[in-house]
Amino acid sequence: MSATETESVVKTAQDLFDGPDASGHFGRFGGVFVGETLMAAVEELDRVYRQLSKDPQFWRDFDEDLKHYVGRPSPLYLAERLTEVGGGAKIWLKREDLNHTGAHKINNTIGQALLAKYMGKPRVIAETGAGQHGVATATVAARLGLECHVYMGADDVQRQAANVYRMKLLGANVVPVESGSRTLKDAMNEALRDWATNVDSTYYIIGTVAGPHPYPMLVRDFQAIIGREAREQSQEEFGSLPDALVACVGGGSNAIGLFHPFLRDESVAIYGVEAGGDGVETGRHAAPLSDGKPGVLHGNRTYLMSDENGQILETHSVSAGLDYPGVGPEHAWLKDIGRAKYVSVTDTEALDAFRLLTRKEGIIPALESSHALAYALKLAATMRPEQNIVVNLSGRGDKDIHTVSAIDGITL
Amino acid sequence: MSRIKQTLATLREQGRKALIPYLVAGDPGAEETVALMHQLVADGADIIELGIPFSDPSSDGPVIQLGAERALRKGTGLRHVLEMVAEFRQQDNNTPIVLMGYLNPLEAMGYETFVSRAKTAGVDGVLIVDMPVSEANELLPLCRESELDVIFLVAPTTTDKRLSGICEHSSGYIYYVSLKGVTGAALSDHGDIEQRVTSLRGNTELPVVVGFGIKDPDSACAMAAISDGVIVGSALVERIAGLSKSGQTLPTYAECTALIADIRAGLDQTAR
Repeated sequence: MSATETESVVKTAQDLFDGPDASGHFGRFGGVFVGETLMAAVEELDRVYRQLSKDPQFWRDFDEDLKHYVGRPSPLYLAERLTEVGGGAKIWLKREDLNHTGAHKINNTIGQALLAKYMGKPRVIAETGAGQHGVATATVAARLGLECHVYMGADDVQRQAANVYRMKLLGANVVPVESGSRTLKDAMNEALRDWATNVDSTYYIIGTVAGPHPYPMLVRDFQAIIGREAREQSQEEFGSLPDALVACVGGGSNAIGLFHPFLRDESVAIYGVEAGGDGVETGRHAAPLSDGKPGVLHGNRTYLMSDENGQILETHSVSAGLDYPGVGPEHAWLKDIGRAKYVSVTDTEALDAFRLLTRKEGIIPALESSHALAYALKLAATMRPEQNIVVNLSGRGDKDIHTVSAIDGITL
Repeated sequence: MSRIKQTLATLREQGRKALIPYLVAGDPGAEETVALMHQLVADGADIIELGIPFSDPSSDGPVIQLGAERALRKGTGLRHVLEMVAEFRQQDNNTPIVLMGYLNPLEAMGYETFVSRAKTAGVDGVLIVDMPVSEANELLPLCRESELDVIFLVAPTTTDKRLSGICEHSSGYIYYVSLKGVTGAALSDHGDIEQRVTSLRGNTELPVVVGFGIKDPDSACAMAAISDGVIVGSALVERIAGLSKSGQTLPTYAECTALIADIRAGLDQTAR
């Protein structure tokens, strides 16, 4: 192969890190798989976002909101006592738990609310599982005076009563979804039905890097603030790039947000941690990248948990935010090209990490983020003390104390 | 000439409108579905749309969602749907059958396997609601080779640019979605639908049929007057649901499909 050819191949691969391609694909993944009624809305959003994302004023507005409303930048914190437990590389925590509303989700809803405002949509809808994205959506809707409807599986409404009440306080209408498995995937189906019915007036704020193009792209762009800050902070704190990044992956928005600004840095190893539930080998888990196959759901082609007939399977995880049978298409692609490695940890391992961080650092992490912590501890033990791991502490664990206390047999 | 094309051409010559019922395969079971299909033909159905049950039917309203759930409880998969078609074909070699559903069951079977098995079973066309033309470049040529028609939806929101692509790649007929929403919702503005369908017919030689929200002879005749035919889904599936009710006398198949006979009578009367 000539030098020119080599160069062009590298350039293509690197261009794809800025992907998706013009038709919304990351390799064979992604795309636009929705009913015809929604096609025009999806195409319009793509057009508007491509135009706005070239406008520096749009990003200035976004940055202002992140600074003054969300409280960014979030710190990069050296967890010294956790590092001692790991017994190897230094473990740094990217503190997304300190954001307004307590998780990374707000980065995305701030960005999409700006899009809704620009497009003149008076009504926003969202799906939510644990309620974190629902709260983040209700929050920005309250701030902008937008009508807000949040779809939530009926079982999740029962399990997450506190977040349901928070959304109602914020003025949102929470709609329990009784169909299918009554969880996050069914909430997303119902939100898509609402969108098709009210497409003229409504902006759909999808909570993760899934859905039809352009959602996986624009949600990533809004969440990439995490990785951009982490890059800068790594240079300030330890004078180099991290040796490894670790983040939990449900739909994958906090993970892609951390990973994306580092994709071109070959020296940085990247690990996405899926919810292993009772263990991937038991089939009771939520780890489509570890144990799924490519298919089409909710607007994109990606790895899915489905049976031999192509029916979507119910998932199992102690963490409601990871309890989803699909994953963002960019992760599916990063897995296939080998740029990121996807692993899983079990409910038990995540709960151990939850307790460990609480006791060792005085930080109660979200159960989602506890999956990343559990893997980071294992990884750190295989690395040298002068090496650095950045873990995305994507959310705080206050919302999970009922789940954990129930496991401990305590009624609050 | 494909069975669909032949059927619609004959209807056009006769000055009659196409009546296309939709039912979910395997609701409430395989045997009932095949019997209902024959009954529908006896009641005057010209083409049958057979729904492939899917766990996440995000373009469907509550009635068809429940139909799919009933079929899934029986473990109905795409291969069983194809078996039902093959069984129907043992007695009926004339009525065209269109499989309607979502893409993932086809992905799980594999496109090539699906197309070859569908052809063998006697399927005439496929309509995949979450597969727009832009994502059809693998399945479309396989269907063409096997002479399976590929039917696409046109919605009230479809732009002119999209419309020309859809017309170019469709065969069999074009399915105009009468409303913004999901299956089974209430029909809205007639005038607007008429304008859209007229404009659509100016863009294609293919027959245009209207679906979503058609629930009785009146709404069927109103939509048929401006198009080449109508699709009746939720209203029929709601009646078929009676077959799953426990603790009461089950309706006969003819009682489930009586609506189709009524609509047939209404359509033919209007045509005369």
